[in-house]
Amino acid sequence: MNSGIDLQGSFIEALKELGLPSGVARAVWLPLPMLLMIIGATVGVLVVVWLERKISAAAQQRIGPEYAGPLGVLQPVADGIKLVFKEDVVTAKADRWLFTMGPVLVVVPVFLSYLIVPFGQNIVITDLNVGIFLWIALSSIAPIGLLMAGYASNNKYSLLGGLRAAAQSISYEIPLALSVLAIAMMSNSLSTVDIVQQQSGYGILGWNVWRQPVGFIIFWIAALAECERLPFDLPEAEEEIVAGYQTEYAGMKFALFYLGSYVNLVLSALVFAVLYLGGWEFIVPLDHVAEWLNMTGWVEVSTTTPWLQVITAALGITMTLLKAYFLVFLAILLRWTVPRVRIDQLLNLGWKFLLPVSLANLLITAALKLAFPVAFGG
Amino acid sequence: MNLAEGVQIVSGGILAVMMLATALGVVLLSNIVYSAFLLGGVFISISGLYILLNADFVAAAQILIYVGAVNVLILFAIMLVNKREDFKDIPGRWIRNLSTGVVCGGLFALLGTMILVTPWSINSTSPAVIENTIVEIGKHFFSDFLLPFELASVLLLMAMVGAIILARRDLIPEAMPREETITTSLTLPERPRELASLGGGSGEES
Repeated sequence: MNSGIDLQGSFIEALKELGLPSGVARAVWLPLPMLLMIIGATVGVLVVVWLERKISAAAQQRIGPEYAGPLGVLQPVADGIKLVFKEDVVTAKADRWLFTMGPVLVVVPVFLSYLIVPFGQNIVITDLNVGIFLWIALSSIAPIGLLMAGYASNNKYSLLGGLRAAAQSISYEIPLALSVLAIAMMSNSLSTVDIVQQQSGYGILGWNVWRQPVGFIIFWIAALAECERLPFDLPEAEEEIVAGYQTEYAGMKFALFYLGSYVNLVLSALVFAVLYLGGWEFIVPLDHVAEWLNMTGWVEVSTTTPWLQVITAALGITMTLLKAYFLVFLAILLRWTVPRVRIDQLLNLGWKFLLPVSLANLLITAALKLAFPVAFGG
Repeated sequence: MNLAEGVQIVSGGILAVMMLATALGVVLLSNIVYSAFLLGGVFISISGLYILLNADFVAAAQILIYVGAVNVLILFAIMLVNKREDFKDIPGRWIRNLSTGVVCGGLFALLGTMILVTPWSINSTSPAVIENTIVEIGKHFFSDFLLPFELASVLLLMAMVGAIILARRDLIPEAMPREETITTSLTLPERPRELASLGGGSGEES
């Protein structure tokens, strides 16, 4: 389990055998994982949009998209193509530069955060030391883009939406960071790969959900608020402020906001799966399964057997995506069943409830770590 | 020169140009909102330079604190009070501009000579390549940098207590005369703050 597949190494070796110098081979390899991740994230968004339409339809006893492709799976693609070809309208007295920069600043950090999401032992773009901290830092750039969009639209509803987005994002970042800090304390590391490895070995029993029952609820609430999903979609509350900061946007710029919000949702679900649901780990520990297979003598396997490595990697990616999409399903279900909170309720919940509770959770985790170093990662 | 060095040199150049351009924009643009947004660009470029110096934790902290908190707060403050007033031309404005320019040029020259004169101990072959920067920073915080660390946290605590005192408006004693509370249709009903000084010191504890 420790080695896993070294895609980078084998790819560069293969190119070298074709006669390319190692520097060129490395340069050819460099953009590939990033490109794959961007495509993967975009396809993930298409899936989520389809899921959202289907699940909301089911919640309201409708059928939902039906004609575009089987079960309407091509509907999000049709939506996307429509948005791409729409006219790019900039309002008369809007600030043209800031109006264009706003959506860009919202989308780019979200895609950058995919750097640290692991799908397997070696199936991650970079295993940074600061790992999960980078995600928190990058997600704090988005409110600047929202403020920019809100200001540049030259519309009071947009400005209100932008200000609400910034206030909400700042308030909920603190409980989010504190609940992540409790996990980092248990794993002795901020690296996402280390955090998953610390949960491995006992299958489903080793996942952090059981050790952080309060932490994961705080994290999920704060993550929903950061993604501006209902019940926390105050910045674009359509009954109060039209559509918040996106009021004046149309065409591709609106599509960027739309894409950014869904990519952020998938990203939060992936990070939740990594932090609390054991990342790429299967329900039963695969190492023990391999040992058991060896003992029964059916097949000789070791951790370096190629087909076992491929199966482990495929299973890892599948498990991560399954967990993430389960959480996305929960988020969609919440969106279509729960009413929106008011702005004062939102801020009260963030500052007067989540913040003290997450601080207490952090202190209790520290105490438990000192008292029971076996179970809480000494 | 291999690939990594080339990338480092090119991105270092891009970051330096970006930082200088955005910093000049912060100072020279007349629209304060542009200045505030460009300030975010300055912070991001500095964070990129930190990454080039292998200080990954400092880079992420720079983005989180300066871009995510300080800059957003500055923008927030500007957007809540932005009134778009046109300033009248002051007679003799050029004297002020000239003196400001002289002071800034002097400061620049002073800092420049300081950088050039100081014998920096740069050795490219550092003996210990630090693997995990967070662990090293933590060790330093709790050994030789303990006092600055604790002082900074006490300072932040004081700032937070002060902010809460300023933000809380219910420290005014109830027994004070209330005829000054005039509410118009456009202002929120709020007790005037000047009364706090009339409370004779007893108001603070209530």
